[in-house]
Amino acid sequence: MKAFSDLYWRLDATTSTNEKLAALRDYFSAAPPDDAACALHVLSGGKQSRAVSTGLLREWAAEAAGLPLWLVEECYAQVGDLAETLALVLPPPTATDAGDEGLAAMFRDTIERLRQEPEEGKHAIVKEIWRRLAARERIVWHKLLTGGCRVGVSRTLVARALADVAGVDPAVMAHRLMGIDLAEPGAYRRLVDRETGDRDARHPYPFFLAAPLENEPHELGTVADWQAEWKWDGARAQIVRRGDDVAVWTRGEELVNDAFPEITAAAAALPAGTVLDGELLAIRAGRLLGFSSLSKRISRKRVTKKVLAEIPCGFVAYDLLEADGQDLRGLPLAERRERLERFGFRPFDPDSGADEPGPLLLSPRVDGDSWEELAATRSTARARGVEGLMLKRRAAPYGVGRTRGDWWKWKIEPLEIDAVLLYAQAGHGRRAGLHSDYTLGVWHDGRLVTIAKAYSGLSDAEIVEVDRIVRATTREKHGPVRICEPTLVFELAFEGVARSTRHKSGVAIRFPRIVRWRRDKQPADAGTLGDLLTMIEATALAEPSR
Amino acid sequence: MPDLLELTSQGLYCRQGDFYVDPWRPVPRAVVTHAHADHARAGCDRYLCAAPGKLVLRERIGSGPPIDTLRFGESLFINGVKLSLHSAGHVLGSAQVRLEHAGVSWLVTGDYKTQADPTCDPFEQAEADVLVTESTFGLPIYRWEEPAAIAAAINAWWRENQEAGRTSVLLAYALGKAQRLAAMVDPTTGPIIGHGAVMKMVRAYRDSGVRLPPIDAVPPRARRVGNGRALVIAPPSVAGGRWLRLFGAVSVAMASGWMTLRGVRRRRGFDRGFVVSDHADFPGLLSVIEASRARRVLVTHGSSDALARLLRERGLDAGVLPTRFMGEAPPEKRAAAADVDADDAILDDDMVAEGSGAAP
Repeated sequence: MKAFSDLYWRLDATTSTNEKLAALRDYFSAAPPDDAACALHVLSGGKQSRAVSTGLLREWAAEAAGLPLWLVEECYAQVGDLAETLALVLPPPTATDAGDEGLAAMFRDTIERLRQEPEEGKHAIVKEIWRRLAARERIVWHKLLTGGCRVGVSRTLVARALADVAGVDPAVMAHRLMGIDLAEPGAYRRLVDRETGDRDARHPYPFFLAAPLENEPHELGTVADWQAEWKWDGARAQIVRRGDDVAVWTRGEELVNDAFPEITAAAAALPAGTVLDGELLAIRAGRLLGFSSLSKRISRKRVTKKVLAEIPCGFVAYDLLEADGQDLRGLPLAERRERLERFGFRPFDPDSGADEPGPLLLSPRVDGDSWEELAATRSTARARGVEGLMLKRRAAPYGVGRTRGDWWKWKIEPLEIDAVLLYAQAGHGRRAGLHSDYTLGVWHDGRLVTIAKAYSGLSDAEIVEVDRIVRATTREKHGPVRICEPTLVFELAFEGVARSTRHKSGVAIRFPRIVRWRRDKQPADAGTLGDLLTMIEATALAEPSR
Repeated sequence: MPDLLELTSQGLYCRQGDFYVDPWRPVPRAVVTHAHADHARAGCDRYLCAAPGKLVLRERIGSGPPIDTLRFGESLFINGVKLSLHSAGHVLGSAQVRLEHAGVSWLVTGDYKTQADPTCDPFEQAEADVLVTESTFGLPIYRWEEPAAIAAAINAWWRENQEAGRTSVLLAYALGKAQRLAAMVDPTTGPIIGHGAVMKMVRAYRDSGVRLPPIDAVPPRARRVGNGRALVIAPPSVAGGRWLRLFGAVSVAMASGWMTLRGVRRRRGFDRGFVVSDHADFPGLLSVIEASRARRVLVTHGSSDALARLLRERGLDAGVLPTRFMGEAPPEKRAAAADVDADDAILDDDMVAEGSGAAP
């Protein structure tokens, strides 16, 4: 535990990629395999269900510190991080010589045991840990316990460190890490074995990611060097068909076979040794249903017949990574595309409205002889329910991670509305203690109704200024949330808006973020719910059937 | 019977004695607890402070108005109010102000710490019927380590940087904290260099008889200083600015009680944070309040709401002395404080560089 805690604080203390890499390398080369496997799970954002409620932890910490609960809450409001708050209010440990348990043992003996114990048992375990761990280790343990141990290292960086430890190429390590089941005995040992050649038959390839196009497309050179496709608003996925097996993986490395039985069944008919890269989409009668429908499918462990009928889904393939058991990623896109088209999937046109097209589809190329022509096509994206265009260099191999230069997403301009700050809540981490999470509203029948929460978009200096105004204009406090006098207007950008029965306003906004603070505007100048409804009408998404 | 102190638009006023304690606007007669900018304003006609702090206060308010002094423990009468000063242990010459009139006593702590500090007199516990206490760090998350442990951590960081060829830059309030740090670290590790704003106060400290290790000023028109070996002590305002380029590769650390909070350190992008404060920590505040034997406690400046509520729950007559008026203190200070503050009430002299400290 001490070694992992030291790693956590080393990573926390630096913003330099090289120093983080060195810290990871040091940790993984020294850690016993079961600790390393456990650490890898945590660092790659592996979640575990919460073993004990944070409410109980606060109560117990207050009791252990001899403080009233409200004072612990008051501290939390200033610290902005529960794991840290608890560690700071607790009295110093009394049994620091109790020895150091490894991370894996710590997981097994405390966190997993906690999950099974009744409340008194949980309390006893927690008290014992508090007696043993120093403040710095307590913070890390609390973070493991509450399931949120983010330390600001990317998966790519972890893969690079492990590649160094194993003495293999980073791309090889990234591939080995895809879909790895660390709970399997020996999984970590095989991962860092220099010689391991037998990769898991189900492993997907690391996804190649596109970067947003920030400059004019002309700067990419001649249009003939590029392949344009729609930028789908779905879930990125790979279909891995090897041996007798089919696996549908999302980019988050979730195996979603059970959530998409119709796609899994159709994929079983593919020849063995095929890997497709593409997008999961909810499609009804040839029209897109939008992301909110898809998310109802993707989160299911089991899909009922009813949901299956209401929200049919398909997979639009846009790349072929493996055929006849051969890794094709080194080939130029043009060649991969040609071989992909030979599968004969039906191209899916987001505007066709044709009959049920079937679950395996082809993402069509969007033709254009000039950038101007493509730009004109792109401007029709919203009406088609897609996010814009993808631009992929025809001569480029399939890369690893987010290498810039070969794949660009050329999204349509976001939608925008001016909205009024109604509630503010203190942020976490770097923004602890500052009111940086905002709930915004627009006018409807002479009142302001909330439409979105936004966490980002202002500069640090602006956040400090808004924080001060929030404090000065607070009308009511509800725990960490302050209800403010409406005085501030922000320009809110978002990717889409749809009707929603779950939101009081009746609309759901996708990816809202603040673009700028409209100091020139008064709350009375803000937008209305009517403006949003007009935007919904301009987006031609189908409704799920009922 | 009226209170001995009341809050006016000029500051804390003693009507019976016709003087102010730490006024925030120019007044005829000011009793000053210590020379930090939010307690000692220039422009008053006449000042009174503790004898050890006279030179430091003079540096702050300029050469015009007279400064009367009292030794710690000595008393004098102003219009029939008995006034004495007691060491607050915050910075050189920092005092608690004790007033007595018509059988009632008040004690205004000003800023104070109970931890040992080689550059100023130790905190002296006084008693009074009514206590006005600061509460900058009035939450139980604030508990300071022993100074020796903190010094060891700073020394280790300095040596680590030397091995990596980096100059160590330690950011700290130019008056008090900077001198205390210089006296805390191991001067055999390497040269100590002071920023101009720090050096001004180093001279005032030395002239007041405080022993400090050798501290070098940055020579005028220097191109490169520090050579990856030195410890540079500078006010926080230099962070991210051009002045730091003088030192080549650096590791920047902040010394402040706020460094307890990981979020504050990360927000400001410091490489390291050392928890060193010239204020009392939470246990320190509670022990001073208890030992003062006050019947009534007024909490100001910091987590006053929470601390007052806790004291009431523990059976004391406690309230908040609203320091929102403190908002009319120097605007440059307010702006600087705002980017570290966690609450309105905290005017954070622990973090803040002074206006004069900003220029290289």
